[in-house]
Amino acid sequence: MRLAARDRHLAWGLLAPALVWTAAFFLLPFLAMIALSFAHMQGREVVRGFDPGNYSRIFTDPVMLGALWNSLEITVVVTVISIPLAYPLAAIIAFRVPARWQRLALLLAVLPFWTSYVVRSYSWLLVLGQNGVVNKALLGLGVIAEPLEIASTRAATVIGFVHFFVMLLTLTIYANLIQLSPNYARAAQDLGANRWQTFAHVILPLTLPGVVTGAFLTFVLCIGDYITPQILGGNTELTLPQLIMLQLGRSGNFPLASALSVVLMAVVTLAYFASSRWLRLDRV
Amino acid sequence: MRLLSWAYLAAAFTFVYLPVAVLVAFSFQDGRLPVPPFKGVTLDWYAKVLGNDDLTAALLNSLLVALVSSAIALILGFLAAHALARVRLPGSALMRGVLIAPMTVSYLIIALGLLNLFNLTGIRLSLLTAGIGHVVINLPLCFAITYAAMGDHQKNAERAARDLGAPEWKVLTLISAPMLAAPLAAAFFLSVTFSWDEFLIAFLLTRFDVTLPVEIWSMLKSGLSPATNAVGSLVFLVSVTLVILLELTVFRKRP
Repeated sequence: MRLAARDRHLAWGLLAPALVWTAAFFLLPFLAMIALSFAHMQGREVVRGFDPGNYSRIFTDPVMLGALWNSLEITVVVTVISIPLAYPLAAIIAFRVPARWQRLALLLAVLPFWTSYVVRSYSWLLVLGQNGVVNKALLGLGVIAEPLEIASTRAATVIGFVHFFVMLLTLTIYANLIQLSPNYARAAQDLGANRWQTFAHVILPLTLPGVVTGAFLTFVLCIGDYITPQILGGNTELTLPQLIMLQLGRSGNFPLASALSVVLMAVVTLAYFASSRWLRLDRV
Repeated sequence: MRLLSWAYLAAAFTFVYLPVAVLVAFSFQDGRLPVPPFKGVTLDWYAKVLGNDDLTAALLNSLLVALVSSAIALILGFLAAHALARVRLPGSALMRGVLIAPMTVSYLIIALGLLNLFNLTGIRLSLLTAGIGHVVINLPLCFAITYAAMGDHQKNAERAARDLGAPEWKVLTLISAPMLAAPLAAAFFLSVTFSWDEFLIAFLLTRFDVTLPVEIWSMLKSGLSPATNAVGSLVFLVSVTLVILLELTVFRKRP
């Protein structure tokens, strides 16, 4: 018994540094942020208290509502475009590429995934800008007479996001596809299903967890990202993270920034509960 | 059908590599703008970038923050995983949840919370505060990877060492860590990659000394330049090297 007690003390000792770190630098600041979201500004001073004014402002001010709406729209559009682009890519790597080359093919297919957001967004600016590669190519081919305005629009933000999330979804869907036994497809075909029926009724339902997990990660990372919309979308159409950063920078309005962050958290939590039935985060 | 598959694969690779190819190609641009037409090859921009004190300082800062914060995250995560995998404590599941929780929150919220905390406590922003933030995002990752890798085989070896009288620190350094070398290396390399590329936390939690992504961010304000392409290409090269190292050392053995 003494040994068990000693063991437990030791375990607490080993656990303590990580727990203290997480409590001090994550839980505590997080709770403080929620408390701060109920404060308000008087001039440049933060007045603490319980004032839900920030929240009523977020849900009535057209600028704030607009940013929330923009974020949701962009995120949904990006998710809906990325899944059908990523699925065939993952399937081709899983089923067409010879087994010994699959890891290499997957590694290469998602290599730019590992670049920083800043560099990746800047690269798209070079491609999509007024004098960029796409415009120069299309002008040269005579497809267009005037350069297209893609940079600093929502389209550029969506393209930059789709690029990133196609790679992310390819990873999660591939991980799911590769676990499937080929016997499922064989059984379906023995029972007279054609290729399309096999896919629609057997393969797709079995890979739904991979798709939903990827979609959830896409949603969370997309709606919380500041860099891509800031570099590619410009300042014409704000997203929620851009609005939060504006509050921090220009006006130093920490209470409002905190309230906006709490709203962002709440949206992500709702997305989690909406998809939790199919989520397999531990198997990514 | 087969032909269509290869065509799709080619199209997908083109889309994935288009921005990277443009970034790297125009880092060699012999001209002042990194856009077509391509005017010839020069290494001037790389020379300029490597001769720029702000950039080389930021690069060293980034390396320092990435290596130190990843090492701390790895040690804390490994010790916690070791404790939770070994002894059944009251509230184990809750503690696992607490340790994983920062993974589910966006970087912006973590950064904002810490910024507020440092403001309230009067702690000055520096590389240290950015490093604290990077430990917060990488600790859950290191914990999850090492916790998932701990199996019965390893527990038995640890128990044997303890029965033979080894003190706990010897069990940790001579038995547990070597047996978990691959997942520990994976966790470390992944943490270094994430810290190296991370912008938002570093942007909000540093002031005078900044990391490389923050320095690149300020370069962007002065418009497009092949110099930015050159730095971006170097950053990409480092990330790719880390990922290839990870692939070669850690994942090779797995089927």
